[in-house]
This record gives sequence, C-alpha cells and structure tokens, in this order.
Amino acid sequence: MTEIETRIDEQPLEPGQAWQWLAGGQGIAGAVVVFTGQVRDEQGAVDGLFLEQYPAMSARALQEIAREVAGRWSPLRVLAQHRTGWMAPGETIVVVGVSAAHRGEAFEACECLMDRVKTEVPLWKKVRDPQGREDWIEARERDLKAAARWW
Amino acid sequence: MKLHVLYFAGLREALGLESEQVEVPQEVADVAALKAWLADRGEPWGEALAGPRPVLSAVNEEMAGESTTLGEGDTVAFFPPVTGG
Repeated sequence: MTEIETRIDEQPLEPGQAWQWLAGGQGIAGAVVVFTGQVRDEQGAVDGLFLEQYPAMSARALQEIAREVAGRWSPLRVLAQHRTGWMAPGETIVVVGVSAAHRGEAFEACECLMDRVKTEVPLWKKVRDPQGREDWIEARERDLKAAARWW
Repeated sequence: MKLHVLYFAGLREALGLESEQVEVPQEVADVAALKAWLADRGEPWGEALAGPRPVLSAVNEEMAGESTTLGEGDTVAFFPPVTGG
C-alpha cells in the first residue's frame, strides 16, 4: 500500500525533509526521485512571485493526483507539496517525489505527478517586478501537452 | 435557482469581485448558460467571461465543463487556466 503525503499552504518547503521521508519507511526503496521548482529571477526582472489557490479545491486536487499516481505505478511513497502566497527568487514553490523499487517507475511516476500538478491544481501565479508592477502569468500550451501524455 | 459564484486570480481582479450570490432563471441549467447569463449583464462581465480569454470552471469544487449541469445551492467557480508548479 503506497503511503501518500500532500500539503498546500504558505509555509516554506523543506526539500531535504521531503527526500528523507521518501527514502525512509518500511521496505527498501531502491530509487527515490524528487523534483523541486524554484522561483526564477529572470535576470533581475522578477522581484517576487505570488501563488493564489482555490483553497477548498486545491488540497483535494493535489491529494487526488497523488492517489492516482500511487494507483498507476504502486510506488512505496508519493509526496506532493505546494507553497502559496508571496515568494522570493530562489525559494521553493513545489516539491514532488516518488520512492519505488526501481528507478524506471520512480522517474515516470514523478514526472507524471509534476505534469499533472502543473495543469490540474487550481493555482495561479503572479509576478512582481522591481518597480512593483504585478502581472498574472499566462498558461502555456507545452505544459498542457506534457500533462496530456499521461491520459 | 440560487447559486454561489466565485472568481479567482486575474478574473477576480478584472471584475473587482471575489464572490456573489445570484438568482438565475430555470433555463440557466449548465455552466455555459450561467457564463452567458452573467456576461449578458454587461461590462465588466461581458469582456471577462465571454471575451477572448479562456475561462475554466468548477462546480462544488470539482473541475467542470461547459455542459456540467447546475442545481440549487451549487457553488460555481470561474478562473483562468491554472499556472501552478
């Protein structure tokens, strides 16, 4: 039975702790794959990044995606944590990870997890430049195409 | 039929509104009809909901499509395509 850990809130993320949780536990995880996404500074053009969520829905969507990944690859552990609110360049926005017996399924399950988190969880990014101007980020076609591979 | 309507991100800012309670006529039976009914009230709803920008929806916190049917007391959320991760 796969163990699942998901979280979505304004607390800073701890990728090291996420890795430790994935690598530990009962049984032997031969492979751990962790992906983290950070705020890009875009050569100084970005001063801050804001993540808005639909609170009643985002936590459940994250949990459902993790559960579906668990059902498809039967990994040992699945983790999906997302931060919301304002973040500075270099800070971690998202941590997803999978531990499994072998690397093939761990890589695949982790990539599916991230592709789906990007396109199915109700979250919206806004950037602020050094002059204080704020702009919502547009969704990208290539993210939808990446997620569609797993349907 | 009474509905609770929520707006998020750029849509919320364009409308200057987070949520509203609406009473819609019987024929407003699905998401597409609600969107059209809201847009018909004029600006800023027309441009925000029936303009060139794509608008996604959720009904009672589940992703919905244009043909998802609506019932008394439902919560309907409208928002731009998601950009998390």
